[in-house]
Amino acid sequence: MNLNILWFVLIGVLYTGFFFLEGFDFGVGMLQPFVGKKDVERRAVINTIGPHWDGNEVWLITAGGATFAAFPNWYATMFSGFYLGMFLLLIALIFRGVAFEFRSKIGNPKWRNGWDAAIAVSSFLAAFLLGVVFTNLVKGVPIDGNQVYTGTFFTLLNPLSILGGITVAVVFLLHGANFLTLKLTDTLRERAGNFARSIWIAAFLLAGSYFSYLVFSTSAFQEKGLVGLILPVLAVVLLILSRIFMGAKREGYSFATTGMAVVFTVGSLFTALFPNVMMSSTSADFNLNIYNASSSPYTLKVMSIVAAIMVPIVLAYQIWTYRVFRKRVKADEKTLTY
Amino acid sequence: MDLVELSRWQFALTTIYHFFFVPLTLGLGWFVAILETMYVKNGNPVYKRLTKFWGKLFLINYAMGVVTGIVLEFQFGMNWSAYARFVGDVFGAPLAVEGLLAFFLESTFLGVWIFGWERISRKLHAAVMWLVAIGGNLSAFWILTANGFMQNPVGYVINNGRAEMVDFGALLTNPRAWYMFLHTFTSGLVTASFFILGFSAYHMLKKKEASAFQISFRLAAIIGLFATIGVVGTGHLQGVYLREVQPMAAAASEAHYETQDPADFSVVAIFDSTGKKEVWSLKIPKALSMLYYFKPSGEVEGINDIQAQYEEQYGPGDYVPLVALNYWMFRIMVGIGFLMVAIAAAAWFITAKKYPEKWLKYLKWLVLAMALPYIANTCGWILTETARQPWVVHGLMQTRDAVSPNLTVTSVLISLIGFVVVYAVLMGFDLFLLLKNARKGLAAGDMDSVPLDEIVEAKTTGEKK
Ligand code: HDD
Ligand code: HEM
Ligand code: HEM
Repeated sequence: MNLNILWFVLIGVLYTGFFFLEGFDFGVGMLQPFVGKKDVERRAVINTIGPHWDGNEVWLITAGGATFAAFPNWYATMFSGFYLGMFLLLIALIFRGVAFEFRSKIGNPKWRNGWDAAIAVSSFLAAFLLGVVFTNLVKGVPIDGNQVYTGTFFTLLNPLSILGGITVAVVFLLHGANFLTLKLTDTLRERAGNFARSIWIAAFLLAGSYFSYLVFSTSAFQEKGLVGLILPVLAVVLLILSRIFMGAKREGYSFATTGMAVVFTVGSLFTALFPNVMMSSTSADFNLNIYNASSSPYTLKVMSIVAAIMVPIVLAYQIWTYRVFRKRVKADEKTLTY
Repeated sequence: MDLVELSRWQFALTTIYHFFFVPLTLGLGWFVAILETMYVKNGNPVYKRLTKFWGKLFLINYAMGVVTGIVLEFQFGMNWSAYARFVGDVFGAPLAVEGLLAFFLESTFLGVWIFGWERISRKLHAAVMWLVAIGGNLSAFWILTANGFMQNPVGYVINNGRAEMVDFGALLTNPRAWYMFLHTFTSGLVTASFFILGFSAYHMLKKKEASAFQISFRLAAIIGLFATIGVVGTGHLQGVYLREVQPMAAAASEAHYETQDPADFSVVAIFDSTGKKEVWSLKIPKALSMLYYFKPSGEVEGINDIQAQYEEQYGPGDYVPLVALNYWMFRIMVGIGFLMVAIAAAAWFITAKKYPEKWLKYLKWLVLAMALPYIANTCGWILTETARQPWVVHGLMQTRDAVSPNLTVTSVLISLIGFVVVYAVLMGFDLFLLLKNARKGLAAGDMDSVPLDEIVEAKTTGEKK
C-alpha cells in the first residue's frame, strides 16, 4: 500500500469517525426539544453529549486539515466548489456551538427556548448539508481540466443529493435516539426509545431508496460492480438488526448497530470513490484522484509519522472520556451539574 | 468591489474577529489552571469559587473562539483555493498537526473539565485544566508555524508549479514563527492579566467579595507585570528580525523611505491620500539604527530602495504596502505596550502595599484598561498581515493570484454579509453574557445553571433564588 492510499484511508477513517460521533450528537441536538419537555429534562439530554460534542467536532476539523495537507487539490476544489453550501454549514456549526455554551448561562425561559431551538435547527441543517456534500462527491459535479468547479450552488441541489441529505439527517435522528436510550433514565429513556422505534421505519425506507438510487445511477458505484454493493447492503441489514434489538430492548446493541450502519454508509461512499476523491460530471478524465490531487511524497511521509504517533493517543484519551462519563444521566436537579 | 477585494475583506474581518477571542483563551487558561492548583494545594473553598468564576468566563469566550476558528480553516479552501493548491503541500501540514495535536487535546479535556467536577479526583481535575491550557497554546504554535511560512517561506522548493515541502524541521524552526509565537504567547498572558485586573478591580471598588477578588488581582498583577515586559521585549526582537527577512514590512511600519546610515526614527508622520507617500514627519536622528543595532550607526534600507530592488527581482509592480496603515498600527501597538507596562507596575504596587484605601479610587482605570490589549492585538495582526501585501506568501505568490477562480462576486457578497450579520449578533450576546456574569461576582461561577423550572417558580412565589 502506498502513502496516497494510506492517506485516502485515513481521511476516510476521520470522516467516518466524525459521522459516527457527530451522528448521534446531531441526532441528540435535533431531538432535544422533543425528548426534553421541561428545562431539567433538556439539560439532561444535552448533558449526554455535553462533555463530548466539541471533541467530536474536531474530527471534522482534523479531517479538513488532513485533506488540506494530504490532498490539497481535493481540499481546494471541494471547498471552493461547494462554496455556499460550506458557508451554510459554517453558519449552522456556529450557532450550534455557541448555543450549547450560551443556553445555560441565563435562567430566562425565552433565552433558553431560543437557544434550544437553535440547537435543533442547526443540528438538522448541518446533518442535511453534510449529506448533500458527500453525495455530490460520489455523484459527480462539473469540474474542468484545471480541477476547477464550474457549476453553481443549485447544481449541488439535485434529487439524489437532497435525498442523501434527508437520509443522513433521519439516520442521525435514529442514531441519536438510540444513544439517548442508552444514556438517560426513567421517562426520558422511554421517550427516546419510543421515538427511535417510530422513526425507524422512515430511516429504513430512506436509506433503502437512497442506496438504490445511488448504486444504480452513479458511475462511481457501477464501476465497482458487486464489490460496491457489499457495504450498502450491510448498512441496510444493520438497520434491520437495530430494529430487532430495539424491540428486544437491547439498547447497547441497537446503538451499536445504527452506529455501524453509519460507519458502513460513509465507508460505502469512500469505497465507491476510490481511487478518485471527487468525480467530475464533465469528463471522467477530469476526476480528482489520490494521485493528481495529492501532496508530495515527502509531505505524505512526514504526515504519516505524525499520524502514527498521534492517532492512537487521541483515540486513547477520547475513549477515556467516554468511560469517565459512562453513567446514565438522570434528570434530577440535585445531581445535574452544570 | 472585485472578487479579490471582497475575499480579502471577508478573510480580514473573520480573522480579526477570531483573534478577538483567541488571546484571552490562550492566557486565561493558565490562570484558571493556577487557581485550581492552588485550591488543590490549600483546600480553601474560595479558590474553588474563583476557579469556577474565571472558568465560566473562560468558557463563554472559548465557545466563540471555537466556532469562529472553523470558519477560518474552511476559508483557505473556499476563498483562496489557488493559494491552497500552491502552498497546500507545505501549509496544510501544520494545520493538520494542529488538529491532531492541539485541538483534540484542548476540546476533549475541556469537556472533561466542565462536566467532571464530581467524576474525577481533584488533582486529576486540575491536571485536566493544565492540559486545556497547554492544548490552546500548542494550537497557537502550529497555526503560527503555518502563518510564519507565509511571512518567511522556508523548507520548500518550487516544483510542479507549487511549493513542495523538503524540510519539515526547517518549517518547525522558522525563526519568524518562533518570534510570533513568543510574542503571541506573552500577549495572551497580558490580555488575561488585564481582563482579570479589570473585573477584580470592579468588584473591589464595589466592595463586593473584595477579599476573594484580591487573590486574583494579586496573581494577575504579578503575572501581568512580567508578561507586559515580555510582550514588549519579544515584540522588539521580532521587529529586529523582521528587518532581516521582510525589509519592506519593517520599513513600512517605520515609514522609513530612504536608506540611511545611521537611520532616523520617525515619531509622528502625516501621509498623503494614497497612504503610501509621506507628507511630513518628526524624526529623531540615529534612533532607528539604535533600535535595530543597539548602537548609533548601521544601515537601514528604505522603502524606495527596496521597491527598486523588488522590481528588478520580481518584475515591474507596486511592492509598497499601505504605509500609513502599517505605521499607525505599529505605533498604537507599541504605545499601548509601554502604557501597559506602567499600568501593570502600578497594579503590582497596589497589591504590594496591601491595597491602601487612598489608592483604591485609581482602580477604575483598570476597568478601562481592559480594552488596551484587545486594541494592541488587533493592531498587531493588521500590521503583520497588511505589511506583507501585495504578497500572500512573501516573495512567492501575490494575494491577487490566490483567490478561488470559480467564485462569483454575488456568492462572496452573500457570505460576507452573512458572516458580518451573524458575527455582530453573536458579539452582542457574548458581551452581554460576559458582563452579566462577570458583574454577578463569585455566585456566577457557583450556579452554572439553575434549573429553569425553579427560577420560574421562585419568580411566581416571589422568593429570591
Ligand atoms: C495565536 C493563536 C491563534 C491564531 C493566530 C489562530 N487561532 Fe484558531 N484558535 C486558537 C488559536 C489561534 C485557540 C486558542 O486554540 C482557539 C481559540 C479559542 C479556542 O477555543 O481555541 C482556536 C480555535 C480554532 C478552531 C476550533 C478548534 C476547536 O473546535 O476546538 C479552528 C478550526 C481554528 N482555530 C483555526 C484557525 C485558523 C485556520 C487560523 C488562521 C487563520 C486561526 N485559527 C488563527
Ligand atoms: C488570528 C489572527 C489573524 C488576524 C487578525 C489576521 C488578519 C488578517 C488581515 C487583516 C488580513 C488582510 C490583509 C489585507 O488584505 O490587506 C489577512 C490576510 C490573510 N491572512 Fe491573516 N490574520 C490572522 C492570522 C492568520 C493566520 C494564522 C494565517 C495563516 C495560517 C493567516 C492567513 C492569511 C491569508 C491567507 C490572508 C490572505 C488574504 C489577504 O491577504 O487578504 N492569517 N489576515
Ligand atoms: C513595545 C512594544 C511592542 C513591539 C516593539 C511590538 C512589535 C511587534 C512586531 C515587530 C510585530 C510584527 C509585525 C509584522 O509582522 O509586520 C508585532 C506583531 C504583533 N503584536 Fe506586537 N509589539 C509590541 C507590543 C505589543 C502588545 C502590547 C501586544 C498585545 C498585547 C502586541 C500584540 C501583537 C500581535 C497579536 C501581533 C501579531 C502576531 C505577530 O506577528 O506576532 N504587541 N509586534
